[in-house]
Amino acid sequence: MVKTAFNTEVAALRQSPAQHLWADFSAGSVEGERGVGLREVPFQGMVGIRVDPLSEAGERIGALTGGLPASCGTVASGPAGVSTLWLGPDEFLTVTPDAGGQDGFVAGLVAALGDGAGQVIDLSSNRTTFELAGPSAREVLEKSCAADLHPRAFASGTAITTEVGKIPVLLWKTGPETFRLLPRASFADYLGRWLLDGMREFATAGSPAWH
Amino acid sequence: MLLFSCPNCGPRNETEFHYGGQAHVAYPDQPGELSDREWAEYLFYRQNTKGLFAERWVHSTGCRKWFNMIRDTVSYDIQAVYRMGEQPPEGLTAPPAAQAKSQPLAPAEANPTNTSEGV
Ligand SMILES: [Zn+2]
Repeated sequence: MVKTAFNTEVAALRQSPAQHLWADFSAGSVEGERGVGLREVPFQGMVGIRVDPLSEAGERIGALTGGLPASCGTVASGPAGVSTLWLGPDEFLTVTPDAGGQDGFVAGLVAALGDGAGQVIDLSSNRTTFELAGPSAREVLEKSCAADLHPRAFASGTAITTEVGKIPVLLWKTGPETFRLLPRASFADYLGRWLLDGMREFATAGSPAWH
Repeated sequence: MLLFSCPNCGPRNETEFHYGGQAHVAYPDQPGELSDREWAEYLFYRQNTKGLFAERWVHSTGCRKWFNMIRDTVSYDIQAVYRMGEQPPEGLTAPPAAQAKSQPLAPAEANPTNTSEGV
């Protein structure tokens, strides 16, 4: 069941889906009271879970993830930086800090599902993660996201599945001015450039150019 | 922007949803006993209602779950949203099955002598 140990040599060769934009992210990020910064948080681990959360298998899985979120928006926090996002009544995404180090965790989830109805699949390379942060982060998102992002409707620590710039993303508000966006890997270039363009108006004169 | 209220996720932009046609079309009790015509009518024949219409929608880029909606096909006014398996709120719409029975069949059935079969 347990896969081979994580191979550090392979880890060094990994390319994240938006790595070619990192220099532009840094040039396009803006400091100050109207600032907004963008970076990629590469190689997070992600596990797709489909299970009835009230079933025995769901409870066994929940015991490993710190519970399964019960409604839209909620995020469950577990041990060792593990978070579980609600995607649907019977669908969840568990996010771990490092895709390379989660083999044992995934094996544990598979064992917890056992012969219960559902599935546990390592989806780490399905999506990448962008972090958009700063006083103007919400304003940048609101240009192209129709969901209500006002704090009274979208509180810190909640996450929704929605569209940003016409593409499907998981939008996770991790702090008062910090949003994590999880697009599928093939949309990373598009969304990265889209957000950079949205950040442009907040740059001050003399800011370095991105291309 | 038109907002739909997903029973799971609450109000979201219309672009997050996809249409699934008329709701409450019952699967035939004995599909094996249907004639080709009856099967075709089950599969393809739908109401083309002007006014309140019970229809299915799926929240494609959200929770990916199906639900029912009563929508006015003229004004786009959404009168009710309810889960799969539930019946429409009373008084909003006649059950589509009852409507279907009162509809005339296709022209070929109405003129059984006018057939080119076997020619
Ligand atoms: Zn939904």
